[in-house]
Amino acid sequence: MGRFYANARPDCILGLNTMANLTASNITIDFPLYHSDSRSLKKTILGQASARFGRDTNNRPVVQALRNISFSLNSGDRLGLIGSNGSGKTTLLRVLSGIYQPTGGVLSADGRLTALLDPGQGMNPQLTGRENIRLRGLYLGLSPSKTMDLVKDVEDFSELGNFLDLPVRNYSSGMTIRLAFAMATAFPPEILLMDEWILAGDAVFMEKARKRVEDMVRHADILVLASHSPSILVEWCNRLLWVENGQIKSDGSPLTVLEQYLPPHAFKELAKIDTNS
Amino acid sequence: MTKALSTMPQDGAFRKPAHFILSADRGWKQRLQLALADLREGVHLWRLIAVLGFLDIKLRYRGSALGPFWLTISMGVQVGAMAFIYADLFHTDIHTYLPFLSLSLIAWNYLNALVTDGCGCFIQSDSVIKGMRMPFTVHAARSIVRNTIILAHNIVIIIAVFAIMGVQQSLSSLMAVPAFFLWLVDAFAFSLLFGALCARFRDVPQIISAIMQIAFFVTPVMWNTDILNGHREAIFLIRFNPFYYMFEILRAPLLGTPLPATTWISALIISGILILFSWVAFTRTRGRIAFWV
Repeated sequence: MGRFYANARPDCILGLNTMANLTASNITIDFPLYHSDSRSLKKTILGQASARFGRDTNNRPVVQALRNISFSLNSGDRLGLIGSNGSGKTTLLRVLSGIYQPTGGVLSADGRLTALLDPGQGMNPQLTGRENIRLRGLYLGLSPSKTMDLVKDVEDFSELGNFLDLPVRNYSSGMTIRLAFAMATAFPPEILLMDEWILAGDAVFMEKARKRVEDMVRHADILVLASHSPSILVEWCNRLLWVENGQIKSDGSPLTVLEQYLPPHAFKELAKIDTNS
Repeated sequence: MTKALSTMPQDGAFRKPAHFILSADRGWKQRLQLALADLREGVHLWRLIAVLGFLDIKLRYRGSALGPFWLTISMGVQVGAMAFIYADLFHTDIHTYLPFLSLSLIAWNYLNALVTDGCGCFIQSDSVIKGMRMPFTVHAARSIVRNTIILAHNIVIIIAVFAIMGVQQSLSSLMAVPAFFLWLVDAFAFSLLFGALCARFRDVPQIISAIMQIAFFVTPVMWNTDILNGHREAIFLIRFNPFYYMFEILRAPLLGTPLPATTWISALIISGILILFSWVAFTRTRGRIAFWV
């Protein structure tokens, strides 16, 4: 009897279903090339990435942004996405957040999801920080009292003080990121999707942000982070997906994938830092 | 951090469903479900829609002393100047022409703004559309809220003109209320239909604005149908002008001119066709809009 409960999560025993899940099965995205002269565009890019330019069933030119992406994430998984520019990381994040309907395959998400795809997202630069927080409350469909909680929490976490009463367009990029991150994680989402811009914060804030995400993930949640920084990925993630030309090239623990992805000398540096810390 | 967790809302606090499945296009049944869900979620976000529409106006005039009342002033000057010139040109009495023109011009301005903004409703919101999952109906409704706020500022002129010129209102003037609601519904349907169409085909906004310019002159906005003196071609032109019927149901009750039931029936038929087309188009295009903007 005892053995059964040894590995069980406390909330499962209590019968609370807080398990989050994010599953992508065979997700394919074809980007239509409507607003460009497909012929000349095709000509220019043909040399480098011809494999990704195709035609759909109606013979319209498309970019094959994602090809048969499959993975399943459960509570506690922190997935990192790595790959060269234009490999499909951001597109994948947009599919996962439900913005793009896939051309093929199925996405299923269980849990409240927040996507931090670009720092100014959902923010109006002309409004003050505080007004933007209230606006976010509305975007989330919160009641006025819950919105007050949101304002309080963001105030505490972002440590922007009096700057919250200034228009966001007067903020430095780091301050915008503080605000955006604080807003996105104030009511901890069960699934958090982040693009690499978060890495522009200063060291103190980065540490704070990492603690918050760790806390979040400890509470049985999921993180998906796209980044170009191997050290950040090693630090934040426990699984890595290497996306190249819209396809999964490698999937595994961060160090295993990075060993294939990075040039040997760069990987040696990274491994050195990792063992030291 | 502990504070954040303690204020963590229970599931009910979030209107967005915590569970969703998004699969590739599976035909009309799935499309219809997604479109209905979009509409339902949009209704739940009514507070957001109102604030976004209000902010559009507030921010446009932030730092200006008179703010949105500049709209009232410029419209007032336009109506005043045009009324005297055109009353003379059309040989009509300024006492009947000024109320007619102020109401017509302001209503047309509203209609024109609904049409042009409706065309751009998805294109303008591209950063939001690509930034978060959000019902598309929110963007369509936002442009309507924005333009209705502008209308509210211009209504002051109509009230002033009607009071000065002593235009009598009766109980039948209340027929303008359902007409106004029909306008709102039509504007929403139009925005969903043409918002998507304009995002996909970027020439459409230009075509629409050209059509609206012509429509302004061939619709009895500045002139009354009486001055046509029974010209058969001209009357033919008006009979097949959908704007005419939509315009009359709102304008006639307020000016106290007789309104035949057929005008209302025509307006309802036009609206029905628009709504049907729009819903089919929205159901079909909803999943593709994010790729088009």
